[in-house]
Amino acid sequence: MSDINLTTAANAVALPPGMIGVNDARAPEKTEVPTETVGVVTVAEPRMSARNINVYYGEKQAINNVSLDIGKNEVVSMIGPSGCGKSTFLRCLNRMNDTIDICRVEGEIMLDEEDIYHKNMDVVLLRARVGMVFQKPNPFPKSIYDNIAYGPKIHGLARSKADLDEIVESSLRKAGLWDEVKDRLAEPGTGLSGGQQQRLCIARTIAVSPEVILMDEPCSALDPIATARVEELIDELRQNYTIAIVTHSMQQAARVSQRTAYFHLGTLVEVGNTDDIFTNPRHKLTEDYITGRFG
Amino acid sequence: MTDTAIDTASVVRQSLKKRYRAERRFRYMGLGAILLGVAFVLVLFVSIGSKGYTAFVQSQIALEIYFDPDVIDPEGTRNMEQIGRVADFSRLYKNALKARFPDVTGRREVRELYKLISNGSTYRLRDMVMSNPDLIGTRQTLWLVADDEIDMLNKGFIDRDVPESNRRLSDRTIGWVDAIDEGGSLRKAFNWDFLVNGDSREPEQAGIGGAVVGSLFTLLVTLMLSFPIGVAAAIYLEEFAPKNQFTDLIEVNINNLAAVPSIVFGLLGLAVFLNFFGMPRSAPLVGGLVLTLMTLPTIIIASRAALKSVPPSIREAALGIGASRVQSVFHHVLPQALPGMMTGTIIGMAQALGESAPLLMIGMVAFIVEVPGGPLDPATVLPVQIYLWADSPERAFLERSSAAIMVLLSFLVAMNALAVVLRKRFEKRW
Repeated sequence: MSDINLTTAANAVALPPGMIGVNDARAPEKTEVPTETVGVVTVAEPRMSARNINVYYGEKQAINNVSLDIGKNEVVSMIGPSGCGKSTFLRCLNRMNDTIDICRVEGEIMLDEEDIYHKNMDVVLLRARVGMVFQKPNPFPKSIYDNIAYGPKIHGLARSKADLDEIVESSLRKAGLWDEVKDRLAEPGTGLSGGQQQRLCIARTIAVSPEVILMDEPCSALDPIATARVEELIDELRQNYTIAIVTHSMQQAARVSQRTAYFHLGTLVEVGNTDDIFTNPRHKLTEDYITGRFG
Repeated sequence: MTDTAIDTASVVRQSLKKRYRAERRFRYMGLGAILLGVAFVLVLFVSIGSKGYTAFVQSQIALEIYFDPDVIDPEGTRNMEQIGRVADFSRLYKNALKARFPDVTGRREVRELYKLISNGSTYRLRDMVMSNPDLIGTRQTLWLVADDEIDMLNKGFIDRDVPESNRRLSDRTIGWVDAIDEGGSLRKAFNWDFLVNGDSREPEQAGIGGAVVGSLFTLLVTLMLSFPIGVAAAIYLEEFAPKNQFTDLIEVNINNLAAVPSIVFGLLGLAVFLNFFGMPRSAPLVGGLVLTLMTLPTIIIASRAALKSVPPSIREAALGIGASRVQSVFHHVLPQALPGMMTGTIIGMAQALGESAPLLMIGMVAFIVEVPGGPLDPATVLPVQIYLWADSPERAFLERSSAAIMVLLSFLVAMNALAVVLRKRFEKRW
């Protein structure tokens, strides 16, 4: 509780009210969203838009009034110190937080004009449309082929074995893993190296052809070379997918994303063009974080 | 700074000896504990083995049996049904004994002589004639099972130096047995009867077969009920049930049930299954139900632990690509948890196999001669059979209880081996 108060106080000090959202040359339009965030949270063509999200774990509030749009075919990165709620926010976007009993989400998240927290929204369908890649590579303890084929199989996306083979191959190709594993599709996915496993997980996610891919620190368990491969991959995937990525590495955010959101203690402090955020942060907290004064 | 460094090194060096000594002490204590355990197990095995192995052989006496038509079919009808009902087949071996010892006269002596052979031979001779009527009128030398007292004498368990009045066998009987032995007509043969027969008042006819089959049926019922129910309960509690006070209460109660004395489950079974539902007494079905109640907590606890040990990342991975919760559990979590669940189940089954107290309550302690043909027939189980025999006064039952324990232990070892094999098989699937 005290954390939240602290933030609000910090905001109040750092941020004269008139500063909010003004002087943003890039903003083509500006919706009236009651928020303390600096910068424009909306985009012209949103794939997903979150409005006034509050998340509570039991009594503790983890996210405080966050609104953010994720535009079509763009990569949005979310950065911030540990425990700032960026992963929690990401997990709201495909309702992974539903699996946590004490977690409660307030607010509205739209996916193509559909409220994903509406009682008529089916989570299984939602998660087929909004895929997720996790922090630690978590391939199923099955063969490489079965790892990719599982999603299409349970959703009935492949009409025949040949269809399925094709999905597996194209997914692995998109994930840049095909050449490395094409001769050992029957071997366990858990036998691959860490970087390969993470790309396998990405391939598994895109095998379902989601509209949005959420990535929760996908490179934190990888070495620099594997990280570089995954970053390249993210850049390629942007052509076809909308991607939201949580990362601890500011360099990574700078490299892969078009927009960056800076979270601090459960609030969204600043959103903007990635270039602007890193070269010209407007909020004191953002500046402190990206210049390495804390984090 | 340097002072501190030097100090640290010397202080550490001084304490090193003490630390290593403590470590060594602990290692020796651990080793001692293991050696003590192994010693006790060895004593147990050796004691049971040395007492029990003799039960696997049995003394037999060769006699020339004349299938006398006058005894079997005095009216000459050759009506086998009639013969089977009325003929006195014991007369055949009795006559053969009399022919072997023609000097024996007097009612008491003759009666004693007849006791050399187990009266179970009557049924054997009858079965032989019934299946092959051509035997009538022929002479056959047959190895007939000796009485248990003769068996004990032959195996050296009866001390010949003890005064006759303190001995179960008279000098006369011992003389006859020696005479038979010298004629090469006494042997010890593998005791098939012990493995296939049901229980009997006569030790030489008593076998473990009925109890083995009873145990098998009981365990089969237990396994078929407790595994699916236990696993389903564990999956629901672990993966689907909301975590609230009610489920907490259930969890506490399951843990408590695992510690409830088994005889209480027996009483419950008596009250519910026999008295309320009117199920048959002494039946493996009811025994299995009672043991199911007893093993369920064990299986549920082990299965939940197995489910808990599956990393949550697997569940998230499945949910993250749009699997439903049931799909994530059955496609990914369950295969991972299955080896652990099976281990728990086998432990539960082994417990159930060795359980006697609750089965006493539902009447599985009855004296049952017939080998049960199904889970509704009256039956007893191995531990109860051991209990019954250990309680019997005859010397021959002593070796039989030890042999029954050997059979029970081999069952347990076989089950545990099976558990290991199954676990290895399933674990291979990564």
